[in-house]
Amino acid sequence: MNWQFDNNTPIYTQIVSKYRFAIASGELKPGAKLAAVRDIAMEAGVNPNTMQRAFQELERMGLVFTQRSSGRFVTEDINVIDETKKAFAGEHIKRFLSTMAGLGFSRDEIMSLIGKTMEGNNGNF
Amino acid sequence: MAIFECAEIKKHYGSNFALNGFSVKVEPGRIVGLLGPNGSGKTTLMKLANGLLTCDSGEILINGEKPGKNSKMIISYLPDKNYLPNWMNCDKLMDFFADFYADFDRQRAEVMLSGLGLDRKQPIRQMSKGTREKVQLIMVMSRRAKLYLLDEPIGGVDPATRDYILETIIRNYDTDASVIISTHLISDVEKILDDVIFIDKGKNVLFSSVDDIRSQHNRSVDEYFREVFRCSGSY
Repeated sequence: MNWQFDNNTPIYTQIVSKYRFAIASGELKPGAKLAAVRDIAMEAGVNPNTMQRAFQELERMGLVFTQRSSGRFVTEDINVIDETKKAFAGEHIKRFLSTMAGLGFSRDEIMSLIGKTMEGNNGNF
Repeated sequence: MAIFECAEIKKHYGSNFALNGFSVKVEPGRIVGLLGPNGSGKTTLMKLANGLLTCDSGEILINGEKPGKNSKMIISYLPDKNYLPNWMNCDKLMDFFADFYADFDRQRAEVMLSGLGLDRKQPIRQMSKGTREKVQLIMVMSRRAKLYLLDEPIGGVDPATRDYILETIIRNYDTDASVIISTHLISDVEKILDDVIFIDKGKNVLFSSVDDIRSQHNRSVDEYFREVFRCSGSY
């Protein structure tokens, strides 16, 4: 995982986003075992309390769960993972649309620009 | 109970007040940054907490007691200068710490020293400044203390060594111990802090969690500090 942090939001929320993305994208597989909080904190160079708080939040979201005595795991619930994926897509699209609207593009212009960009890349993106 | 508590402490040198009614309460299990510009009273506060100076007025309590024999047993202190006897090598230094402190964990120190790849027979006077600082920090963090008071632990070292030092701190403190780190290199320590104290002209001007600063002001503690302590004056 990339442990760069930006300055505008609390570090634990940035860690939560990184894990949400890793789980949604399949970089972390369903049911995968996670390392101990202190070890991950060390790797990320953050306070263990911050890492703990991030995992509590992920647990609350149902993305990870703790099994007594054996550790912490990524959820095996495919629906939750799918919802997360959709939520991520929604957030990105909203951000994109608000930037485009800020630049003064209309709905039709945006759609046509997307089409052209995709054609220009031979349908790849 | 708070592990570290100051109530309206004052300390003056000549006509200058180094601390002028400073109060704070630090709970167990927190890593706290003591942040302030040069001359704001950080080192004086550390010295008072360690009983090296006494307050003019006000009270400092360590785990509910005034600084003294009991507080020295539970505080592990890293002063802002090198105080290790130059002629000692790491083996002697470990004997020295083990003699002084019942909570010194020799095995922990040995693991960290071997991680540094140091020759344990090399006397301290032959080490570089950065290595001396690392060795000193290893000794201090090898105590199983309740309160670590670290005065400028990353002051004079390169960025890679800073990372090593910060990692040493988070790897070694017990989760019910507290760490107070004084520094003005805020962006380097920010990621490992739970809370910050902004100290200015001997007063506690802000005590807040790092998360709260970031979510209320949408900026890092470093940026917020620059705003609060902006030096006035035009050029």
